[in-house]
Amino acid sequence: MDEILNAASIPYVSEASVSVEIETEDMTLNIGPQHPSTHGVLRLVAKVDGEKISSVEPVLGYMHRGYEKLAEVRTYPQITTLVNRIDWVSGFANEIPFIAATEKLMEIEAPERAKHIRLILTEMARIASHFVFNGAYALEIGALTPIFLAMEDRERILDLIESVTGGRFHPNFNRIGGVKPAAGSGPTTKKNIQDLPAGFYQDTRDAMEKVLEAVERMEDLVGGNEVFKVRTKGVGIISKELAEEYGVSGPILRASGVKFDLRSQTDFLPYDKFEYEIPVGENGDCYDRWYVRLLEMRESAKIILQAIDSMPSGPLQTKVPKVIKVPKGQSYVRTENPKGEMGYYVISEGGLGPYRLKVRTPSFSNISILPVLLEGQLLPDLIAIMGSLDFVLGDVDR
Amino acid sequence: MIDGSQVLVTAGIVLAFALNGAVIFTILDVKGASWMQRRPGPLHVGLRGFIFPLAEIIKFFQKEDITPTNVDSAVFKWAPAYVLASVFGLFVVVPISPTLVGSDLDLGVFYLLAISSLSTLGVLTAGWSSANKYSLMGGIRAAGQLIAYELPLILAVVGVVIQAETMSLVGIVEKQIEFGLPFVLSGQGLAFLIFMIAATAEMMRVPFDMPIGESELVSGFLTEYSGVRFLIFYIAEYMNMFILCAVASTLFLGGYHVPLLPAEWVNFYGPVALLTKTVLLGFILVLVRWSFPRFREDQLQNLAWKILIPLSLLNILITSIMKVVF
Repeated sequence: MDEILNAASIPYVSEASVSVEIETEDMTLNIGPQHPSTHGVLRLVAKVDGEKISSVEPVLGYMHRGYEKLAEVRTYPQITTLVNRIDWVSGFANEIPFIAATEKLMEIEAPERAKHIRLILTEMARIASHFVFNGAYALEIGALTPIFLAMEDRERILDLIESVTGGRFHPNFNRIGGVKPAAGSGPTTKKNIQDLPAGFYQDTRDAMEKVLEAVERMEDLVGGNEVFKVRTKGVGIISKELAEEYGVSGPILRASGVKFDLRSQTDFLPYDKFEYEIPVGENGDCYDRWYVRLLEMRESAKIILQAIDSMPSGPLQTKVPKVIKVPKGQSYVRTENPKGEMGYYVISEGGLGPYRLKVRTPSFSNISILPVLLEGQLLPDLIAIMGSLDFVLGDVDR
Repeated sequence: MIDGSQVLVTAGIVLAFALNGAVIFTILDVKGASWMQRRPGPLHVGLRGFIFPLAEIIKFFQKEDITPTNVDSAVFKWAPAYVLASVFGLFVVVPISPTLVGSDLDLGVFYLLAISSLSTLGVLTAGWSSANKYSLMGGIRAAGQLIAYELPLILAVVGVVIQAETMSLVGIVEKQIEFGLPFVLSGQGLAFLIFMIAATAEMMRVPFDMPIGESELVSGFLTEYSGVRFLIFYIAEYMNMFILCAVASTLFLGGYHVPLLPAEWVNFYGPVALLTKTVLLGFILVLVRWSFPRFREDQLQNLAWKILIPLSLLNILITSIMKVVF
């Protein structure tokens, strides 16, 4: 069945003895900036001949907000509010590397409990982000139901994040040297401050149970669907070599068969204490990229359950000066964001704010592979491939 | 001589049947979607969600009917009406009961298939006249798809015609009554399957909705339409869905006939029976729509030319042999 449906159909240029050869110009099709499936305001200038794409040029910058420049005139604690807006689908995961880079410069370390809370919330952000991808990708392929189910499931995760941090998308929860007390727990001067809301452990366990169920259902509803398989298997293959050449990272790289996950190398989050697997794909096609993300949700849920069980007690915050000044120097911290490798390069001249902040975002590097991947593809495959890269425009343009 | 009153009665039947069918299928689709997707709106709001489709239709009347500057105005404006009219034409020959039928043509099946291919032209012109690249691609996709699936649709019906030895739709139902079993259970199961797949493609519903394909082509040939003109397309789509399901139940499921019920009461239970069968088929389409993604254009063409058409030819061959043998 698959072979028949995907068989190279009518040869593209007919070699039959047609006496008149009609030469037609390629049509320029502007896909975006306003288009239902460009995840925001990405613009692709595609040259198409019928359904076939001869070349694609991504045009970026419609969402440029100048965060790197803004960071130069802000103090360090203020910058956390900026960085969680870079990739708003997984806001919390963006705060961590910046805080870690600053802490590295100041040569301080957050207490164990704070690290655990950071890790749990990072993994929750990963699950939320992958839920969005799973729903939206099915929508791009043409199935309408999964997005409704995925959004409902994601809501549970966002509720948990909100109960701890007070914000759903932009938690702004990290402080240099620790985390904030939980939302609504009163002024920090009180003696017994509450860091996690009451019932958080049980709620999280229930929610993770639901996540595992949802993953199973998604595997069944989307992954088990013949049409979905026909549309995604063997489409948009990124070979190992190509993936490494173009510097794609995260689930896309792992789908191509490279077992590379920065989580195992981080020292500022205690990932080494927990057991989890790194799902790896075989073919590097759209289906693998979808499937790797689905499996990652399961692993993240496992990590969260383990972290809840081994939560250490202790303070939330190490001692830091009232006015945070970072000594002269520079540091680069990279981490495994839900979408790939995210890094912050902080250069400090010893002031209240950084001299320069360079953000390496996963989406920007990942979509650099688009022109190569899309050449010679069909228009519906363009959407399938673009969707499988799972980028957020805020993450592309900053 | 055409009898004036006969024309009026026919028009009345067609209108009542068509419009009610569209309403029933709109409600069915919306309720099915909300049930599968846990949407609270159409499931719980206002009379258990039953006035939701009404609100949707009223919404279209409120909206401005925009005609963009560069469109081919006359064609752009008349295309929806053309599509609607061609769908209306289908209702004429479908028997609601042995006597309640717009017109029992001897070549009913032939008429049906001929008229059903007319809407292609409306869709193509709608896409062409919109002066929009997405519309144009949607229109061309629609034309390619409708032509490709017209064939298996016709060939599937040919099997039925051979078995029934008539092209009149009333005749086909009578033949099934005479035989004691609907055609789907007596040799035309494969044809029924092919017919339903091809009909889904004709309706441009998921998984064959590339002409609209909102993630690729924004909204395909409907992109530039708004307000009442969009509503007309919308109604035509549901009417088309309703009539094709009604035709399928007539051809394959015994139409208005219900076994074990007295034949002289058929004018009372006939319409209900036909409606029930139609709605059941529609429900399957709703389930398919809300659980499948869409095919790619070339996969869709491959499915038609390499799988469905050979299968339907095989079906004709088998039916002919069986006809000669028995």
